[in-house]
Amino acid sequence: MAKQYGTKTFKGGIHPDLDPALLGNKEYVKIALPEKVRIPLQQHIGAPAQSIVKVGDSVIEGQKIAEATGFVSANIHATISGKVTAIKKFPVSIFKQAICIEISSDTTAQTDWKIETSDWRKLSEDELKDRIIEAGIVGMGGATFPTHVKLSPPDTKKIDLIVANGVECEPYLDTDRNTMCTFPNKVYEGLQILMKILNCKQGIIGIESDTPDAIEVMKQTVAGNDSISVLPLEVKYPQGAEKQLIYAASKREVPSGGLPMDVGVLVCNVATMTAVYDAVTAKKPLISRSLTLVGHCLKKSVNVTVPIGMLLSDVIKQLGGFVKQPTKIISGGPMMGEVQYTIDVPITKGTSGIIFQAENESAKYSMGPCIRCGRCVDICPMGISPAQICQAIEFGDFELAKKWGLLDCIKCGSCSYTCPANREMVQLIKFGEQQLKKKGS
Amino acid sequence: MLNQQLLGSASPHIRSKQSTQNIMWAVSLSLVPALAFSAYNFGFMALAIVMISVISCILVEAICLKMRGKPFAPLYDGSAVLTGILLAFNLPPTVPLWLPVIGSIVAIGIAKHAFGGLGYNIFNPALVGRCFLLAAWPVEMTTWQVHGITGATPLAIFKEQGMQQLLSNFGSKPELYWNLITGTIGGCIGETSAVLLLIGAMYLLYKKIITWHTPVMYIGTLFILGWLFAGQQTTFSGDPIFYVFSGGVFLGALYMATDMVTSPLTKKGKLIFGFGCGLVTFLIRKFGSYPEGVSYSILLMNTATPIIDRYCVPKKFGMTKGAAKPNGA
Repeated sequence: MAKQYGTKTFKGGIHPDLDPALLGNKEYVKIALPEKVRIPLQQHIGAPAQSIVKVGDSVIEGQKIAEATGFVSANIHATISGKVTAIKKFPVSIFKQAICIEISSDTTAQTDWKIETSDWRKLSEDELKDRIIEAGIVGMGGATFPTHVKLSPPDTKKIDLIVANGVECEPYLDTDRNTMCTFPNKVYEGLQILMKILNCKQGIIGIESDTPDAIEVMKQTVAGNDSISVLPLEVKYPQGAEKQLIYAASKREVPSGGLPMDVGVLVCNVATMTAVYDAVTAKKPLISRSLTLVGHCLKKSVNVTVPIGMLLSDVIKQLGGFVKQPTKIISGGPMMGEVQYTIDVPITKGTSGIIFQAENESAKYSMGPCIRCGRCVDICPMGISPAQICQAIEFGDFELAKKWGLLDCIKCGSCSYTCPANREMVQLIKFGEQQLKKKGS
Repeated sequence: MLNQQLLGSASPHIRSKQSTQNIMWAVSLSLVPALAFSAYNFGFMALAIVMISVISCILVEAICLKMRGKPFAPLYDGSAVLTGILLAFNLPPTVPLWLPVIGSIVAIGIAKHAFGGLGYNIFNPALVGRCFLLAAWPVEMTTWQVHGITGATPLAIFKEQGMQQLLSNFGSKPELYWNLITGTIGGCIGETSAVLLLIGAMYLLYKKIITWHTPVMYIGTLFILGWLFAGQQTTFSGDPIFYVFSGGVFLGALYMATDMVTSPLTKKGKLIFGFGCGLVTFLIRKFGSYPEGVSYSILLMNTATPIIDRYCVPKKFGMTKGAAKPNGA
């Protein structure tokens, strides 16, 4: 991919070698409502929600079916109308198995929310926030951190900049561009709602320069508003990572171990902004999301919008099945995604894309010894030395690894990508973190 | 819909095409111009020594892997071939043909596999091989010959008889420089042609296999120190051009000091490493009895690599000056 100059970015990072046939804008394909959904009780960072329905109950679309259990948690809503047919463990995409509420459709097209377009400008900050909490909104870029928690910074931290993250978090994905081009106004209004809640005067919409259509649309949408600007960014991975995006947008460096609020910034994905808009104006909970399905195994790579909890296998059925057998299925993206062992997993609030790799694409790598070439050190966007950290982990010295920055790692995978010896550095670092936690507790 | 088991693996699920193997073969390839020149300069025997060195390195690698009960996969990574070429490049063209075999055993068997194989060796294997041979067979290792005529290397003449003698041998200064740069002088098989070594290194720089830090710092340090102190009279009476183009400086700075395994990880570390190599080379040449100094300087700095790495840990994101908090929080 050609390097694009004249745009802002961060230090380090990579320009991965990608399959040109899978890049670019994907067609939007409409998906019909499925006959059943399986909605996991945990789709967010924090405590799992508590089910408030039981097997046999009738529920309607948008009805709350599980309640947040604490501040860092999120409500869960029924995404189709029907009967609760099971509440038990099912395969899910991130943990191997988790408790899901299964709802089977009864074809009543009822909804619990009305498209009432209330003017959010008349609502108070607390009312706005309550609606966001009620709607169960979490970060839709993939991190799934409950949004209302980000909107409640301690009094000592003043947010003076909100960045809308319009950078695809991973290569091949096209969902953020799709969101911006389809609902530019919702993104714009959603950003303004967040700015009102936090009494913040500046907003930036960061978009990578390989999606000029999204930049153009958003520029037109925000035209005339001096407090919000659209910022084209260099095409580089991991440009969509929170700390890297903040640096590119404002030159502010989130301190090691700190949060964006430590430098007065809040970052939200553009899809989250549209969910905020829907929650505030129509009291519509977060019950569907758009995602990108990528791979030569499909008839074509597409963008779709599906109800949360729809099974991946049902989505693929509607797309006409596989044209080539996939050997590896990755939820997320090619750099940070999690492999799946079945396609009967539900799409969750944080699923931004699914990658299907065929036999020839999913190469098996054999890990060689580190030849100390230093490439990982040069490209690490967090400025740590993955080679040395991994060496310390291999020798079982987790404290030394921590001293060298083990806990600063964002697991973007740039080091493993670049490594000529195919070292599984991300895996080693995850292992090191676990061991450190074990020792700490 | 799915009729086979899905693969599992850790992220990331795409990898760059760069591999250890590619790197080793690219370095070997970049040495081909210098190798071709050595055949022209020293005759067929130079090629024979390189061939024997490479073959014996591969054999020793295979035997060591077998003895250690390891898979034979590293045999194809090209690192043994590269060590073989570099070892031969550091031998005089007149050595008996069994000498590179012994050198290979020391280089691969002791310097590499006794420390744990590729990636774990502390010292540059080829240089350990050369220094062992130099200590054990000093006569064979310091008999020089160009186009059938036996004679000392320019550096040895400079050390023992001074610059005047050197100039009378070559005629004039420009002629001396020309011979030094093109390589039509006495010396080890691969070290004489600075310009061809530089062309090879340019290729490696372009392929991003080496960085400029170590070689520039090494040659730069030697250039300045030679200029300042290598002359017979006062400071600034030395001949820095002669100083850096003679001996194995280019081979050492471009190919041995840039060996990834035995040099520091970070750019800052590489600068320190290059400076140290230049300084030690100068000290050996100036105050030691040995006219060269490149091999020993690099081996000495190899021992400093772990400590350089420990003190040149890069600044983390969020720990630099830019990480100020605008809220004063």
